[in-house]
Amino acid sequence: MPASSRWEHFPHGADIGVRGFGASPAEAFEQAALAMTAVITDLELVQPQQAVQISRVCPDREILLTEWLNALVYEMATRHMLFGRFRVSIDGPHLAGVAEGERVDAARHHPAVEVKGATLTQLQVARRPDGTWVAQCVVDV
Amino acid sequence: MSPSPLAGGGWGKGTTVDLNRFSRVGDYQWRIEPHGSMRVPGVIYADQALIEAMDDKVYEQVVNVASLPGIVAGSFAMPDAHWGYGFPIGGVAAFDPDLGGVVSAGGVGFDISCGVRTLHTGLARSDIEPVKMELAETLFQRIPAGVGSTGTIRLSGEEMEAMLSGGAQWALERGWGRGADLERTEEHGRMAGAEPDKVSERAKKRQRDEMGTLGSGNHYLEVQHVVKVFDERIARAFGIRAGDVVVSIHCGSRGLGHQIGTEFLRDMAVEAAQHGITLPDRELACAPIHSATGRAYLGAMRAAINCALANRQILTHLTREAFAAVIPGAELTLLYDVSHNTCKVETHTLDGKARRLHVHRKGATRAFGPGHPELPEALRGVGQPVLIGGSMGTGSYILCGTEESEQRAFSSACHGAGRSISRHEALRRYKGRSVVDELAARGIIIRSPSMRGVAEEAPGAYKDVGAVCEAADKAGLARLVARVEPLVCVKG
Repeated sequence: MPASSRWEHFPHGADIGVRGFGASPAEAFEQAALAMTAVITDLELVQPQQAVQISRVCPDREILLTEWLNALVYEMATRHMLFGRFRVSIDGPHLAGVAEGERVDAARHHPAVEVKGATLTQLQVARRPDGTWVAQCVVDV
Repeated sequence: MSPSPLAGGGWGKGTTVDLNRFSRVGDYQWRIEPHGSMRVPGVIYADQALIEAMDDKVYEQVVNVASLPGIVAGSFAMPDAHWGYGFPIGGVAAFDPDLGGVVSAGGVGFDISCGVRTLHTGLARSDIEPVKMELAETLFQRIPAGVGSTGTIRLSGEEMEAMLSGGAQWALERGWGRGADLERTEEHGRMAGAEPDKVSERAKKRQRDEMGTLGSGNHYLEVQHVVKVFDERIARAFGIRAGDVVVSIHCGSRGLGHQIGTEFLRDMAVEAAQHGITLPDRELACAPIHSATGRAYLGAMRAAINCALANRQILTHLTREAFAAVIPGAELTLLYDVSHNTCKVETHTLDGKARRLHVHRKGATRAFGPGHPELPEALRGVGQPVLIGGSMGTGSYILCGTEESEQRAFSSACHGAGRSISRHEALRRYKGRSVVDELAARGIIIRSPSMRGVAEEAPGAYKDVGAVCEAADKAGLARLVARVEPLVCVKG
């Protein structure tokens, strides 16, 4: 993992913001996804037992971030899973991702809250002055 | 543009509103005169302490909503307003379709038709106390709550369509309720104009096993007792006395509503320019009511309202079963069911002329005053019950729609307390187990699958709902009727 890769949360009036940093937009997307899982549970509690493929297309890279996060919200909800490891590649408008995780176990994961969706609020995918990337938005919980 | 290290702002980091930018009308009304691209004034209803604590984003969002096409009368914010998605949470705005009016997915929210219903139990606190632990456990066992929980009802394709068209009426037909429940539910339990075929397959799939589930976050089921009656006459009409035990359920349209909100927010953001709408911020995403996307959203959103009404109806059925198992003979009857994330077509009189308007209430409760034809006969003389949830340790309020409310903000009132600190900060300050123990010492039993969730929802993480309701009362939005406090809380 490059030193430039990391994630954080930022506050919002009712909900919570997720923010990923990386050497590329793809890495920043991976980190934003980690930040989103961390809203729900402690990342170290999630075992990478099953991989789910995700593919989205959107010419607007910021909307592509919400598409990626919302695809994960959908997979979490319909598969009753939590994801703790992500790989993303972005080629023009195409995003191909893999999310690895396991079925929710309330006794072990103590999931605090479900994420309803990624919003357009504070949505940003941008290159920083040092050349690294940030990808962020508020998620509704 | 590079982001600032803390672009998020928020509590203690963002700035609060500048009162110099308002003209004050009385003690509880703060007016923003139209300027720039605003088509109507902005009005925030609050006392001075509440408005002083509001994030400046609330001001910005009230102003932005006032600039949307077809808005009429004003861009309103309730006393519990806080920074939302495009629209403020606690925002009310009405649009005229014939003036190019718009419908906004962000103006309704992700949890479409999230709301509160309150049931009478016919019991007193003394009936509950001896069986409180057993009741808490039984409710917790029978009400699916928390992340990843599923209901026992699986809907086939045909049943899903019937539910999305029929709402609580559908639930009754399946045996999950009584006829009297419907007249105590907005829209008589069934939102007209729902179009299940405008709901995506993904949204339907997300709902497949979530019928009859509570959800998580600030959603709850509480057994409460009435600790104070403010207005005896209205309380009598509502069937409420001090000491009565009631049950309140707060939840919404679950995964189906969330997915509809997600999809239409994106579609409206991408298409806005095609409709010639210039958005001050992309998150204000909206579509003309008369456009294909606008119509599709309304059809899907109404289906999600039915999903929420059906969901709360099924939860009511499960609650009745739980009570019957612990207290044989207990009769739970519905006081009322309100939704606080909606867009509804309503008739309102402006300048002496009746107009059909699309009224968005995002974190705001409809509050029809006395005499409104939508109200059941038993309530018509006093007005609509307005059910306001607080935090699990403090208490909740029952208010009533007023005659003045129509003149204030299209008969609307507040919806809850709103957070005072972030989830992150709450987690730093509180331990779930300690919160549970402290509340237990005060006679409040918490049952939740997640201690982290309890910590994030700790009473101290919320603003004072009492101040919000008092401001709503003083501003004429709704009249205070009763305060209730929890005895048992099942938290997702």
